[in-house]
Amino acid sequence: MTELKLPSIDYAAIAPILIMLGTALLGVLVEAFVPRRWRHLVQLTLALLAVLAALTMVVLSADERIITAGQALAIDGPTLFLQGAILVLAAMALLLIGDRSVERGGAFVAQAAVTAESADDRRQAEGRNGLTEVYPLTTFAIGGMLIFVAANDLLTMFIALEVFSLPLYLLCALARRRRLLSQEAAMKYFLLGAYASAFFLFGVALIYGFTAGIPGRSAGVDFATIHAAVSDSPASPVLLFAGMALLAIGLLFKAAAAPFHVWTPDVYQGAPTPVTGFMAACTKVAAFGALLRVFQVAFADATWDFTPVLGAVAVLTMLVGAVLAVTQTDIKRLLAYSSIANAGYLLVGVLAPSRDGLAGTMFYLVAYGFSVLAAFAVVTLVRDNDGEATHLSRWAGLGRRSPFFAALFTFILLAFAGIPLTSGFTSKFAIFGPALEGGQAWLVIAGVLTSMVLAFPYLRVVVMMWLSEPGESTPTVMVPGGLTSAALMIGVLATLVLGVAPAPLLDLAAGAAEFVR
Amino acid sequence: MSNFPFLSVLTVAPLVGALVVAFLPRHRPELAKQVAFAWSLLVLVLSVVMWVSFNAGGDRFQFRESYSWIPNWGVSFTFAADGIALVMLMLIAVLVPLVILASWHDAESSKRSVPVYFALLLVLECTMIGVFAAADVFLFYVFFEVMLVPMYFLIGSYGGHQRQYAAVKFFLYSLVGGLFMLAAVIGLWVVGGKTFDWQALSQVDISTGTERWLFLGFFLAFAIKAPFFPFHTWLPDAGGAAPAGAAALLVGVLDKVGTFGILRYCLPLFPEASKWFAPWALALGVIGIVYAALLAVGQNDLKRLVSYTSIAHFGFIGVGIFAFTTQAGTGAVLYMLNHGLATGLLFLVVGMLISRRGSALISDFGGAGKLVPVLAGVLFFAGLASLALPGTAPFISEFLVLIGTFTVNKPVAVIATLGIILAAAYVLWMVQRTTQGTLNPALTEVDGMRRDLNLREKVVVAPLIALIVLLGFFPKPVTDVINPAVQATMDDIGRTDPAPAVGGTVQEAAK
Repeated sequence: MTELKLPSIDYAAIAPILIMLGTALLGVLVEAFVPRRWRHLVQLTLALLAVLAALTMVVLSADERIITAGQALAIDGPTLFLQGAILVLAAMALLLIGDRSVERGGAFVAQAAVTAESADDRRQAEGRNGLTEVYPLTTFAIGGMLIFVAANDLLTMFIALEVFSLPLYLLCALARRRRLLSQEAAMKYFLLGAYASAFFLFGVALIYGFTAGIPGRSAGVDFATIHAAVSDSPASPVLLFAGMALLAIGLLFKAAAAPFHVWTPDVYQGAPTPVTGFMAACTKVAAFGALLRVFQVAFADATWDFTPVLGAVAVLTMLVGAVLAVTQTDIKRLLAYSSIANAGYLLVGVLAPSRDGLAGTMFYLVAYGFSVLAAFAVVTLVRDNDGEATHLSRWAGLGRRSPFFAALFTFILLAFAGIPLTSGFTSKFAIFGPALEGGQAWLVIAGVLTSMVLAFPYLRVVVMMWLSEPGESTPTVMVPGGLTSAALMIGVLATLVLGVAPAPLLDLAAGAAEFVR
Repeated sequence: MSNFPFLSVLTVAPLVGALVVAFLPRHRPELAKQVAFAWSLLVLVLSVVMWVSFNAGGDRFQFRESYSWIPNWGVSFTFAADGIALVMLMLIAVLVPLVILASWHDAESSKRSVPVYFALLLVLECTMIGVFAAADVFLFYVFFEVMLVPMYFLIGSYGGHQRQYAAVKFFLYSLVGGLFMLAAVIGLWVVGGKTFDWQALSQVDISTGTERWLFLGFFLAFAIKAPFFPFHTWLPDAGGAAPAGAAALLVGVLDKVGTFGILRYCLPLFPEASKWFAPWALALGVIGIVYAALLAVGQNDLKRLVSYTSIAHFGFIGVGIFAFTTQAGTGAVLYMLNHGLATGLLFLVVGMLISRRGSALISDFGGAGKLVPVLAGVLFFAGLASLALPGTAPFISEFLVLIGTFTVNKPVAVIATLGIILAAAYVLWMVQRTTQGTLNPALTEVDGMRRDLNLREKVVVAPLIALIVLLGFFPKPVTDVINPAVQATMDDIGRTDPAPAVGGTVQEAAK
């Protein structure tokens, strides 16, 4: 028996991942040993500190460009940039998750097992403190995302996918109010997500088979092996194409691209709003980080084969998101369809085969994450006795009742619509420019056309808020506590700064836009 | 003094003013009005100084300033003004204080904050100045789009009947055009070697097919903005619903961005495509002249009527631009100025009538001249200026457009001349039905109709009347500034004016 050789691991480079997963485990212990009334404070502080520590480690290893832990993890420019993005956005999401001033006891249920709509359920909704298990769950999810964008082989990627998906399924089920909707959302997300994972795993198997079918090469699912196999494959590409398609389904599901988007509106609507914001911002970054790496590293030499298909998916995604957004009457569903359309724009960036395209996509992810978190922060504030008032008709005249928050939300909507001087415009430019340069004019035209359609629903909300008279049922906007205010202001300021002075972040993205192979 | 950064200061100043006004306490509306008015006067004074220091015989672009903005994309804050831009900047500087003065009580009738109304007007001024002063295509696009936001809220929050519908329609139409332009801007950036500088881009050679697509992208945005037939349907709604002051700026200045954009961007950057598309553009212009004039005749709403007359006038401007002669081009630019003055005046006067009567319908008036003779007289004058009566400024521009077009394209000139006749019809009939004839008894019961123009309103209309008459007799100061810029634009597309026929016979005789 040969001696088992341990792979060398650069612990400093993967420190952010270790910190997040370690904190998650610590969080489980906190649940067991810290008295109930301290838990919320301890858990929130712990999670925020961990995110800060991980972010510090990311910044410290900014110049790292290595593949470590065998071939499992690639710590390179895109990884570090996207890890930084996930951590910053996760910190904002944690602020929203930890807020207990807007809703007494927080946005999460106190006892998830109580029968929905029962008397017990009503009692718990009245203000008993929410579960603090959400913090370890969230930190597990963040840790999984950090691995996901760094994964350098398909198996690691699959494990990371599960590590960040499972906590998310649970988090979706923990809304304090409208329990049935929340549980339905979690169930749907879980079932469809399980399918998507199965597709992904099957894809991994097919790709392994593909690499194994090439004589003279060792089989494997790490990206270098796949890349080598793709570039000089004498074998029939059927396995490659089938495997690529199945992998893409798994990843596009997480990215909420059509036709794998059907879970998005229901889950976004049913999940507790802070979690929705977390998913819209961080899951998107993670999913697109993985998409970028899989298609631009492993399958880089099959560009001609996948571009038409992914392009069609991008167009379909933009169309579905934009057109269906027009008909929505619920603000969370509207934002869900808008996030679908944005997934389409991001796919355009994935298909721009250049450093600029990669940099633009990463810039877009950050800019969109900030805006969408700010948007959901506002959604948590508009409420009446039954919790959040998400039906659009209830937002009529909000500008008259609380001009400040309505103005902030208007600004975010203008950013989504791509009006200049907001990050929405600069990020669209960052993606469409390289795409046009790469000869994908049809995608850019589709993007521009759907932007026009998409402007209408945003504008309708603006009209609702400012130009309609407040009705009897117009809810009030809560004055938020420090945590939500901080998240909201960070999001709005980032949207403005990235729109007016995007140069520093663009520089950063451009400097990071190269994968190690 | 010519080293003073006029254009950036002029762009930023109204924005600062807007912030000051917006943060004034809401219960002191008078203070907000006074500050806004004083601020716009300051901008006017600065603009006059800039006009004086402009050297008409000098470089094409003057007052050039450039500051880096987004170096990754080659974007910079570059400002520069040629004669055309200078004239438009001057028009803005003159109109905004008058509009603020004319809108003194407009915002009070709505339930909205009064200071915000005036702050929005100043923000609008900032974006309007920026859009004409920009010499960087990206910067131009930014102002072009951001301009929509203050106007949207002016119409939507402070407008009249159907304001929500009009505001949304205005915004969506403009945004659609803008997004087509965005695609073309990105395309231009890619083929132009990743720069947005106007002067660098105007040197770039583009393949014919690409050039035509890019031209279309820009042209569509400008045709919607101007608006040309058949992209005009938003204007009557927006003009009809906007408060009179905002409507005067909308039609007087905002829409000129379209024709200005064609002159500054479409023709010099895409000369071949411009020539290729010129017959189509001329056709749109001519159809617009006749069609909008016919619709104007049939209107019963005063503001919608004025909006339709504007569409007809934009047809003239379009014809003047695409005739590709210096005369017609100068006429078109002069028309942009004169139309701003004349239609601005008409909108303001109509606004005064409407606020007195409480209705915009022509059928609610009748014989108003017997109650408010001075106001009726001003309306009559504004109407005459609008139909281009000789002696008023618009006559000169319309005449220049027609003779400039006649030398190269007789059928277009002849059909366009029909527009003059129709203009007489819609203006005179409107004046007759509102101020002349037997007094509508219902009018005497309205308190407002017993008050003629007060001092404030006289101060509003007097400068515009004076300018219209002055430029009607002595347009030289303006044409001197415009002519070199138009000449340079014609050089860009490689067109020279046809030699006068008389010259030909003289040469033959000399043989």
